[in-house]
Amino acid sequence: MITFDEVVKVYPGSTAVDHLSLELPTGKTTVLVGPSGCGKTTSLRMINRMVGPTSGRVLIDGRDVAGQDEALLRRGIGYVIQHAGLFPHRTVLDNVATVPMLLGSSRRERRAAALELLERVGLSAEFAERYPAQLSGGQQQRVGVARALAADPPIMLMDEPFSAVDPIVREGLHREFLRLQKDLGKTIVMVTHDIDEAIKLGDLVAILRQGGHLAQFGTPRELLEHPVDEFVAEFVGRDRGLRSLSFDAADDLPVRPVTEAVGAGLVLDEAGRPTGWQTAAGLEATGGTFRTGDSLRLVIDLAIGSPAGIAVRVGPDGAADGIVHHHDLVDHLAARRGRRAAEPSA
Amino acid sequence: MITYLSNNGDTVLAALRQHIVLALLPVLIGFLVALPAGYLGVRYPWLYHPLINTCGVLYSIPSLALFVFLPVILGTKILSPLNIVVALTVYTVALLTRTVADGLRSVDELVVQSATAMGYRRFRRLVDVQLPVALPVILAGLRVATVANISLVSVGALIGVGGLGQLFTRGFQLFYIQPILVGIILSVLLAAVADLAIVLIQRAVTPWTRFQTGERGPA
Amino acid sequence: MNLSYLFDAANWDPATSGSIPQLILSHLWYVALALLIGTVIALPVGLWIGHTGRGSFLAINAGNAGRSLPTLGLLMLMVTLLGLGLTPVLIALTVLAIPPILTSAYAGIRSLDQRVVDAARGVGMRPWQVLTQVELPMALPVLMSGLRSAALQVVATATVAAAVGLGGLGRLLIDGLAVNDYSRVLAGAIVVAVLAVALDLLLALAQRRLVSPGLSGRARKDP
Repeated sequence: MITFDEVVKVYPGSTAVDHLSLELPTGKTTVLVGPSGCGKTTSLRMINRMVGPTSGRVLIDGRDVAGQDEALLRRGIGYVIQHAGLFPHRTVLDNVATVPMLLGSSRRERRAAALELLERVGLSAEFAERYPAQLSGGQQQRVGVARALAADPPIMLMDEPFSAVDPIVREGLHREFLRLQKDLGKTIVMVTHDIDEAIKLGDLVAILRQGGHLAQFGTPRELLEHPVDEFVAEFVGRDRGLRSLSFDAADDLPVRPVTEAVGAGLVLDEAGRPTGWQTAAGLEATGGTFRTGDSLRLVIDLAIGSPAGIAVRVGPDGAADGIVHHHDLVDHLAARRGRRAAEPSA
Repeated sequence: MITYLSNNGDTVLAALRQHIVLALLPVLIGFLVALPAGYLGVRYPWLYHPLINTCGVLYSIPSLALFVFLPVILGTKILSPLNIVVALTVYTVALLTRTVADGLRSVDELVVQSATAMGYRRFRRLVDVQLPVALPVILAGLRVATVANISLVSVGALIGVGGLGQLFTRGFQLFYIQPILVGIILSVLLAAVADLAIVLIQRAVTPWTRFQTGERGPA
Repeated sequence: MNLSYLFDAANWDPATSGSIPQLILSHLWYVALALLIGTVIALPVGLWIGHTGRGSFLAINAGNAGRSLPTLGLLMLMVTLLGLGLTPVLIALTVLAIPPILTSAYAGIRSLDQRVVDAARGVGMRPWQVLTQVELPMALPVLMSGLRSAALQVVATATVAAAVGLGGLGRLLIDGLAVNDYSRVLAGAIVVAVLAVALDLLLALAQRRLVSPGLSGRARKDP
């Protein structure tokens, strides 16, 4: 667990962090997000002592970071930054093996471990002997992550790790991040200015205001459904309602038999897989299907997109096994509103 | 020219040998002095400008003036080769200190911060990260210093010690062009060989620069 | 340290020939001539090569090649070929001044942000205007440092040129050495050193004045 205890950071002329008190739980991803000047990067860098607080303490598992040897502390914390900051003069493999080398690992051990890690982050062995200048931005970022993971640190700090790459690459990196975190379960503190990224990747999100004040700290759902003030509501952005539906599972929706959809124009192939909707204009593509476990938001999107107002569910083999009618969706949303009104606010 | 060479081969060879020593020794010593000096200019930012300015002043002093001035400070005889070596070392230090300082400063700040964040301590970070990355710039400066030194040694002929410069003064006194030409050609060749040698060393020692775009690559 | 020559007032009388002020003037004159001619030759060539990209090999390596020329050898070669006098020496001095100016003119133009040049053309400037109003001012820092390099080289070589009969402050050094008048030698060394440093500082100051504050970073953003 990482604790911020009344942390203040003042620079001549401005306050970067203003009495921040926060508890970042072990094994979870906490995202610090906010407009520029809100102190998110400064706060992050106080965890590995790249910056020292003006007052207040930063604790890792109860121990003040200020009392520890800086270099040793940092060797136990992974640090990933925008543009990766790779050593241009070392090969990819040597870059990844840096912290193990500092910790005294043997050459053979650390190279083997580094190769494994490269694979873990989705880079094949052929990248090992290349230099960073030969890699694309997205590839460099992956190497940066592998380097941070190399000594298997319990804590990872990530400062805008995905903002320097284009949106398509970023999507891919997001997916990989979620997959890795599922496997590794590290304590991750991430900084981003992109609220959507924060909501997508974080278990907990802390929204900071300019001047270094904490505006709200909670789960992404809480932020979307119960923003604490105008600033948070605006920062979280439009479509809050729609976006909060991503957190609801579609599993409690009433599912009707497929035959009803066939009557409304759904066309299936011999294996029972949906191929399209028959309309007056011809055969229209389905636009997608959903499976058990998908979100309410996806189902609503599908229903809106289909000419019959019906979302089609498929089983593991791709065969249609149920449908959700838009009437049921409206009823479901009404019931949901009722439930939320009865809930105590966050 | 060939006849001149065959008749005076020994003199020319001796002159060449002396020239090489007088030119390269200062480069070596100067480099070893400039490395820590340049580092200090970066480690203590307030030191940078005074250091660079002093180096600038030293570098602008004409060579002949420095050659004749040093005996006063060092207590050597005017005609001693030591004056040449010390003077050229001063020039080399003046040039390379700035190169080392600027080279270290040119290392991407993000790379340095990355190194710190991973747990590098100061000295090891300098040796493992900052110096290697700055090497192309530093070696480019070394090329300039080496070539300049090789050219300057011959001026020493005016105070009696000049390596290949002796060929110039001899030719001039006798109004005979051959030794002058031989001297110039050998001097230029020597400079070209030394320059090439450093370029080859640089390619071998900094393989990553092959893949970088123009801005960061060696001159 | 025998400074008797330096402090002898008779040597500072501008009217006497061979006095220090006269030697300073003639030294500066040779330097100015060589730099002027060198600039007139090397600047347009360097700018042109930088613009068109043709002959860039020459421009890039001129600097290195020029540096490797032994100055004394060049001087003595010229004089042996063409006889004593100002012209042979001037040729040698100019030959030495050209490489730094050429290389820096080329580098200056090449280092420009092409987008700015593009914008200048897009605004409707003619090639000549683009050159004089945009490219030259932006390349000025590099150009000035090339000029300073050339000036250093020429001042130093002009000193040495006294050995082949030229005037200037080198005379004190050469003549002093010839008659073992060490105080004269020292006087020459000190004055020429001060002159060289002063000239370099002057050029540095000129550089600061001429280069736009927007370029040099002197115009800071509001705190």
